[in-house]
Amino acid sequence: MMGDLYLIFKNITRKKLRLTLTLFATFIAFMIYGVMTSFQSALDAGVELSADDRLVVVNKINFTQPLPIAYVNRIKPIEGVAGTSHLSWFGGYYQEPQNFMPMFAVEQDTLLEVYNEIVIPEEQKQAWLQNRQGLLVGEKAAQNFGWKVGDRVPISSNIYSRKSGGQTWDFDIEAIYKGSDPKFDTSGVYFHFKYFDEARTFGQNTIGFVAVRTTDSKLNEQVIAAIDDQFANSPFETETVPEKAFNKAFIEQIGNIGLIITFVVLAAFFIILVIVGNSMALAIRERTNEIAVMKTLGFKSGRIFIMVLGESLLISFMGGGLGLLIASGLTAGISESIPQLPPLIIDQPIVLESIGFMLLLGLVTGIIPAISALRLNIVTALSR
Amino acid sequence: MTEGTANTTDENLFQLTNVNKRFTKGRESITIFDNLNMSIKKGEFLAIMGPSGSGKTTLLNMLGGVDQPTNGEVWFDGARIDKLSENGLAKWRAANIGFIFQFYNLMPMLSAARNVELPLLLTNLSKKRRKQSIDAALELVGLKDRAGHKPKEMSGGQQQRVAVARAIVSDPKMLLCDEPTGDLDRATADEILTMLQELNREYGKTIVMVTHDPEAAKYATKTVHLDKGEFVEKGSV
Repeated sequence: MMGDLYLIFKNITRKKLRLTLTLFATFIAFMIYGVMTSFQSALDAGVELSADDRLVVVNKINFTQPLPIAYVNRIKPIEGVAGTSHLSWFGGYYQEPQNFMPMFAVEQDTLLEVYNEIVIPEEQKQAWLQNRQGLLVGEKAAQNFGWKVGDRVPISSNIYSRKSGGQTWDFDIEAIYKGSDPKFDTSGVYFHFKYFDEARTFGQNTIGFVAVRTTDSKLNEQVIAAIDDQFANSPFETETVPEKAFNKAFIEQIGNIGLIITFVVLAAFFIILVIVGNSMALAIRERTNEIAVMKTLGFKSGRIFIMVLGESLLISFMGGGLGLLIASGLTAGISESIPQLPPLIIDQPIVLESIGFMLLLGLVTGIIPAISALRLNIVTALSR
Repeated sequence: MTEGTANTTDENLFQLTNVNKRFTKGRESITIFDNLNMSIKKGEFLAIMGPSGSGKTTLLNMLGGVDQPTNGEVWFDGARIDKLSENGLAKWRAANIGFIFQFYNLMPMLSAARNVELPLLLTNLSKKRRKQSIDAALELVGLKDRAGHKPKEMSGGQQQRVAVARAIVSDPKMLLCDEPTGDLDRATADEILTMLQELNREYGKTIVMVTHDPEAAKYATKTVHLDKGEFVEKGSV
């Protein structure tokens, strides 16, 4: 076994330039794959992490239109509703408009019941609940802007002005939250609705949307029907959808990112398949005589088949592993330098998928040369 | 060597009985051997001479189990080998035959020692035992000090000596040599042939050597001439 591994290693390293170029090509393909899939995974995380038993109630015209705050109390008693919380888009940015953040005025007492993925130390939670100007900041947002608990920060809104004048709102950072899942986006910022509603110049007693937690996801359809029926033919008709569908539709507004990523990855893999496949075929063709000699010495065809396949697998895993490793560093770098993006992580499913692709690439590029080696006739090969 | 013998005896290492070998080239059928009978005694050093196309290499290939007769029987040490499967033949070759080629056929990316080790990878010997066997084989061909050298760092004669070491390292009963000195100058060729003679005389290896060179044939204990698939002359040196 060790002898065979040594032979495989010596065979792939005999032409250093060819090995370097083949590894480089494989490395590039897997690096692209790693970065792109982590990006797709980050976009999908909002959908994946959506709770099955959470619904979103928005204005039927579109989700940028407001709903009356009174709707919240009319939704609460509906059978199957376990809890509600309302949120309103603030359009906040820190110092410069490009430092925008997903910032919501929220019903602070109910937010954490409906969104239990938000994890906060208890003392910070109490501090935030008790301070009208308190800000609950996601870990990523805090990192992006260099904020810490105790800071007083001015935040501007590109939508709302204050009655007292100006568009800058002062907040005290009282709590920094983490996500219960590493993929949970922590770039969000939340503050008290009452402070917002009292201070803003327009739109009093209206909210952006209502998040509804149902007692059982099986009751979703029933609850959806009950909510929308209740507000049918009113000036503010509602459209209630499961959170998963809402998030998916939101992402699809950007475009079919998944399809674009799939095409890019497929193109990269197709090119790599041709390059590595050609390289392997050439390498084995050059070694026809040596393979015939090995068979003459008594190496069985099956063993040679496995060794040739082993070469392509080793190249695939070496290049792929390196590509994934670099992709991991790149995604961390991208996440840090572009804070507006959701967290890019090369997580276990991506690693497992990559290993699957490395295996597939190794097998596909090695199978034809391996079969040629398997079928090689000693007499014919030695007489060439 | 005797011809026309159909029965195996304890003396015979190889026996070919009524062997036919035909090739098909397009619509044409070419007969190489028609009812060939021959036997090779244990401990013999047999030289097979003959013009190109006489069937020398085909005969050597059949003896080595890398080619099969169209009809007939091939016996080795009391066991019939022409019916063995491809894998069966591979196992048989690894256990019984050492091959020496005209152009050495060493693996260019491996050192002399690693080249010699190749047949041992087909055994269950431990790494330590393999090392001992490699050292002994390289010592025997006088190249122990070149164990770490790659083929391109050695002369043709040295490469062929490594090939001899590779052929004998697993202690096979028989060595099959296809023009082993065809690529070497006279002096180096004589060195290799002397080595083969020593392996035959002192270590009892049965050797079959195909050669064009009458000088090389003089090192054999017997020489036969093959022409158009038939033995036309026999004799001993």
